[in-house]
Amino acid sequence: MSEQTTAGRTADATPAVDIRDLSITFATDAGDVRAVRGIDLDVRPGEVLAIVGESGSGKTVTGRSILGLLPETARVDGAVLLTGTDVVGLSRAQLRGLRGPAAAMIFQEPSTALNPVFTVGWQLAEGLRAHGKLSKAEGRRAAVEALRRVGIPEPESRVDDYPHQFSGGQKQRIVIAMALALKPSVIIADEPTTALDVTVQAEILDLLRDLRDDTGTAIVLITHNMGVVADLADRVAVMYRGDIVETAPVRELFATPRAEYTKALLAAVPRLEIADRPYAGGATGGADAEPVVAARDLEITYPGRLGRKPFRAVHGVTFDIRPGEVVGLVGESGSGKTTIGRAMAGLTRVTGGSLKVLGAELADGAKSLTGKRQDLGFVFQDPAASFNPLLTIADCIAEPLVVHGAAESPRDARDRVDELLAAVQLPAEYGDRFPHELSGGQRQRASLARALALDPTFLIADEPTSALDVSVQAKVLELFAELQERFGFACLFITHDLAVVDLLAHRVVVLHRGEIAEQGPTAHVLGSPQDAYTQRLIAALPVPDPVEQAARRAARGEPARRSDRSG
Amino acid sequence: MSATTTPTPRRSVGAVLGRLPVVHQFRQSVGLQRGMLTAGLVICAIFVLTAILAPVIAPYGFAQLSQDGERFGAQQPPSAEHLLGTTVGGYDVLSRVIWGSQTALLVIVVAVLLSIFLGVLLGLVSGYLGGWLDRVLVVIADAVYAFPSLLLAIVAAIVISGGRSTFFGGILAAAVSITVVFIPQYFRVIRAEAVRLKAEPFVESARVIGASTPRIMFRHVLRNATRTLPLIVTLNGSEAILTLAGLGFLGFGIEPTSGAEWGYDLNRSISDVTSGIWWTSIFPGAAIVLVVLGITLVGESLNDLADPRLRARRRAAATPADAAAASTPMAREELGEVP
Repeated sequence: MSEQTTAGRTADATPAVDIRDLSITFATDAGDVRAVRGIDLDVRPGEVLAIVGESGSGKTVTGRSILGLLPETARVDGAVLLTGTDVVGLSRAQLRGLRGPAAAMIFQEPSTALNPVFTVGWQLAEGLRAHGKLSKAEGRRAAVEALRRVGIPEPESRVDDYPHQFSGGQKQRIVIAMALALKPSVIIADEPTTALDVTVQAEILDLLRDLRDDTGTAIVLITHNMGVVADLADRVAVMYRGDIVETAPVRELFATPRAEYTKALLAAVPRLEIADRPYAGGATGGADAEPVVAARDLEITYPGRLGRKPFRAVHGVTFDIRPGEVVGLVGESGSGKTTIGRAMAGLTRVTGGSLKVLGAELADGAKSLTGKRQDLGFVFQDPAASFNPLLTIADCIAEPLVVHGAAESPRDARDRVDELLAAVQLPAEYGDRFPHELSGGQRQRASLARALALDPTFLIADEPTSALDVSVQAKVLELFAELQERFGFACLFITHDLAVVDLLAHRVVVLHRGEIAEQGPTAHVLGSPQDAYTQRLIAALPVPDPVEQAARRAARGEPARRSDRSG
Repeated sequence: MSATTTPTPRRSVGAVLGRLPVVHQFRQSVGLQRGMLTAGLVICAIFVLTAILAPVIAPYGFAQLSQDGERFGAQQPPSAEHLLGTTVGGYDVLSRVIWGSQTALLVIVVAVLLSIFLGVLLGLVSGYLGGWLDRVLVVIADAVYAFPSLLLAIVAAIVISGGRSTFFGGILAAAVSITVVFIPQYFRVIRAEAVRLKAEPFVESARVIGASTPRIMFRHVLRNATRTLPLIVTLNGSEAILTLAGLGFLGFGIEPTSGAEWGYDLNRSISDVTSGIWWTSIFPGAAIVLVVLGITLVGESLNDLADPRLRARRRAAATPADAAAASTPMAREELGEVP
């Protein structure tokens, strides 16, 4: 493989992967599903090809077909040439010989891709041992070397550690080290950074770029995040419903997209534009009005298991939400943002300080919220799980009306339900459908309708768009902003995406490890962040623009030599 | 394909039927799994029909010893008057086998009904509310598990009826003793589901809305927790028959004069086996085996079909022509589907 590294940079070299007229069909309970419909694609050595598309577009299936990693219900037609060998129709033994030396895979969720009962050193050596005889000492040496290459500090001692002793970002580095162990000519990276926080994501993307430059490995990057694409990819293939609608070099694609779908996709990506949305005071009076939510030195502690210390998720948090104000609560995973939202709805116990929601003191227990719940709405992260699967959408939306006596029965509430459905731009007949008969975006609209059923004064939205595709997310956010202006409710908008906060929030609260790092008006916090953590967070956010992203990378101290090759 | 993509107005009788537990799984099944399910359903249908029509098809009554003043005689071999011969007590074997199905069906129905209501209610309350009540109920359920089920059933039978009694008394005694053994099964399944569902966003959403605890329990948790019940019902049905036969065999069943019972007949035929009289033991024994087999086949098939990893599917069609053939109404009718 090492001969290829120098020769492989040129564009006319034999492709590392050559996909010709590939079709993949799945047999499902509902009949045959054509996931991929006759696509052609090639990846040259040393190139990063990004396959982008929404969920269900067939991008992951295409990537997996390169390794022959498809379930038994799939039928594959066409040819997938991996360094000259057609993997379609190969036996299991032949495929096993190819996996590793010819192609390797990086999975989305690093914590499940590693076996928790073996040391990482053992797992790294295992891959090597499967493809050649290797003594224990040699295997260990190779593992240490592999860890060093992906930037794990003190590899000599950490090689004997177990996966749970590493952070999420380090685990993904180890997964990358495993993929690299046999010097594959192609690496398939399936959403390699989706499960990671933005600051960690930036590090992993840098690592992937360095590896590509050092080893000349071709990388097939499967992702839905246009920022990641702009940062790493050389060439982009856009997939839509099993077809490739456009393939272009990355700068050309972002500058002059040709296909209609690509234009729509790029337009839907939220960007950090630092728009100023001044808070004009709620419906019930100016900024001096009694706040809807007042947190003072809020502390939330989860009790520890036997013999373990309790875990302090949130401490010393102080902020207000005024009537009609949208407050964005931003932070990485584990920062306590969801915990705060759940505490405000009485789903998690407040253990210290004071949290007043709609005048009820939640530090005295969730019971104090009784009688005020009709003024409180909650939109959950996963629209698929937040509806009772056995009730129709109309019944689900009518539930708060029936519970609070605004209607006798779900049928009685139907007029109001139809009104609400119209407000979230869903046709009234969708009320007769069951939740699984709606798409993710439609479900989240219905979820909004349910939260707004009793015309609440305060709404908690816990990552309402993070489970949705970008184009759907854009529409839901637009609707959300419109409804907020129309109904004038105050809102706590919890998200990890700074660009989303920028679109909606009047004020931003940045959480870091359970404490507030910075808070203030949106334009102020995002435009000129004072806190070091906020600055890091904004710098790490990849911009969906390859030219600007390259400039930002150069500014971060990344050598510029790599950025100008792609165009 | 056309059936699945038609819009909502065509939510016809067929679609409603398709949502029923067993019918839905039958439509889903293919190949060997469909064969097993069909065989099980046919055996069960014959069993139920025999039980209902027993007064019509049985040539004699279950306790009848004579016809027109003439006694049948004991241990008579199969003949034109007695197709399957007579027992040591002078009863007609065919009639006893047919009437026995009625007893068996009644016991299954009563036992399953009693245990399903109590078990589901206890499981729901225990799983959703949790706390000390949950801990106490789980300990009791585990303690019941620790007993050999037949021993427990014998104790229950003695307590309820003093060992022997009339037809309905006997059925009730058998059913209640089976119920005691089954309640922990329903309890455990429903409790596990309730604990899982308690953390689901749609239940939390109901809590945020402010719905009362009983409303959440019965409207949101209960209906979603009952998915696996058809499966347990069938498996318990076969176990109920075996327990009833075991009780009868040991002499704790129903008096021969108040009801026909396969286990009792088997018990009475032990001495016949050594003297070459085969017809008194084979036919009640075969009846037990067949019914248990039928119900178990249904249960096992439902189990396999409920699990997406075990469920067999039709292969993806190889050519466009095959795909077209698979979606035309005629081909689908051949596969047993209503277009």
